Amino acid sequence: MSDWGRTRTSTGQLKLLLPALIPVLLFSLIPLIRGIYLGFTDYRLGDPIQFNGLANYVRMLSDVFFWKSFQVGFVWTLVVTFAQVALGLGLALLLNRKVRFTSIYATLMLVPWAMPPIIRGIVWRQVYDPDAGILNGVLIQAGIIHQQINWLSSFEYVIPAVIVAGVWGEIPKAAVFVLAGLQSIPKDLYEAVRIDGAGRWKEFVHITLPMLTPVLAAVVSLSFMWNFNTFGIVWVLTQGGPGGLTRLPMLAAYEEAFRYGYVGYAAAIGNVMVLVISLVLFSYLRVQLREQKQ
Amino acid sequence: MKTRTFIADLLTHAGLILFMIFLVFPLVWMIATSFRPTAEIYSGTVALLPESPSLDHYRTIFLEQKIFTSMGNSFIVGICSTLIAVLIALPGAYALARYSTRWNNVVLGWILGSQIFPVILVMIPLYILLRSMALTDSLIGLTLVYVVWALPFVLWMLHGYVRTVPLDIEEAAAIDGASRSQIIFRIVAPLLLPAIGASVLFAFVSAWNEFFFALVLMKDPNLMTLQVELARFTGMEGQARTGPLAAASVLATVPSVVLFGFLQKWFSSGLIAGAVKN
Repeated sequence: MSDWGRTRTSTGQLKLLLPALIPVLLFSLIPLIRGIYLGFTDYRLGDPIQFNGLANYVRMLSDVFFWKSFQVGFVWTLVVTFAQVALGLGLALLLNRKVRFTSIYATLMLVPWAMPPIIRGIVWRQVYDPDAGILNGVLIQAGIIHQQINWLSSFEYVIPAVIVAGVWGEIPKAAVFVLAGLQSIPKDLYEAVRIDGAGRWKEFVHITLPMLTPVLAAVVSLSFMWNFNTFGIVWVLTQGGPGGLTRLPMLAAYEEAFRYGYVGYAAAIGNVMVLVISLVLFSYLRVQLREQKQ
Repeated sequence: MKTRTFIADLLTHAGLILFMIFLVFPLVWMIATSFRPTAEIYSGTVALLPESPSLDHYRTIFLEQKIFTSMGNSFIVGICSTLIAVLIALPGAYALARYSTRWNNVVLGWILGSQIFPVILVMIPLYILLRSMALTDSLIGLTLVYVVWALPFVLWMLHGYVRTVPLDIEEAAAIDGASRSQIIFRIVAPLLLPAIGASVLFAFVSAWNEFFFALVLMKDPNLMTLQVELARFTGMEGQARTGPLAAASVLATVPSVVLFGFLQKWFSSGLIAGAVKN
């Protein structure tokens, strides 16, 4: 019986994995492969599926709605990712100073993360509400504006308004990751620099930041991935409007497939999204490898 | 030196409080709105606390069956998918931790890889498949989807914990003639209770919060989940119903926030840090 840990075949393992693998295969892996394939067909719901090579991608090149959608997708993803990581880093640094009540702060900050994405959207709709929202109320009372602004249907304000809501919901995640990274930096590193008489800023630049780079790279690329795939909160805030101004790639793909029935084209949009995300992950892995070499 | 740390601490508190106001205030505003009579909501006054608090909006929600039906649906789907996911993940997680064959790389590769693909790619064929099985507009269909949706994280989490269970306990049980499944469910599972608890909470919260699959798969008004029902509330038919929407949203947030509070322990115990390092 002493080889209990060794006489284990891959069939024995497979048997134990099977209950989990079968549903995954049926409802995730096979659909995914079919989904990628559908991106190379002209499939419309109900019609026969016909392979059409790269026709969907050729169509994209001249599809204004596609370009607009990916444009706002990139603006949204880059700004939200940058802001959430910068603010998350700031918050984590403050929490890591371990002043009194830190555990209360650390719990409270999780509130937006704990809320369902749909409710995050609803909460901000109520903040932005033209008649009943606090934002207009405060601005009018302070005399900054004199007329109600309809934030979510204004061409001027809708993108910043949606981005603020998005950043708000994503700060906690970034802060939790970065805080875990901060706490894994060995304390003696700081002591060594402190003996040399370095100030806080030098400490931050020469120790905290370099030691945090792997974590930051991970947070940035994961957040990029999640933000690029955002659907729920923006759907509730604007449904992609006004005039398609906030129609993120996922909203565009959803509408193509389930509103207009262009399933093949929607899958093709999905494939382009995978391509974009893979490029980002690839550059992340390169950063990681370079770190490991040093 | 002492005054310098005092000032630094003061500034830290000030910064943290600013962060907290930004992060918590929108929810506080919604809670306040849910207790304001409609007239007060639209009066344009800026006050945090309701002047004449009332439970009207909660009463409206109670009388309007819809929200409660959808809440019930969300509960059923959440609980069923959680139980199934954890039950089938247990042997799988055990297999990943205790064996090392080529399947390990396949499964772990899938767990990470599944994060890359936008749900739309899975959603379209899944919709076609479920429709052909008459499982759209069906709580069973949605449950199946949520099981698969929660599995990567649950498997990943449990397999990490199985590794911490000492092998000799299992050896002793095997000598006594226990079968593999007895070992998994009678010996190992009880030792994993904290991790199972976290997995249960996670799976339930992710089902409770999920929106996209439910939006596509459920069209029957009686089978809507809470998130879809609330999103519909914000559309055309929900115009000028700020109060009831706030009340319903508060009710929908409570389970998520409470369960998340329990989960927080695992988040802060370095689970995520470990995942990043790997």
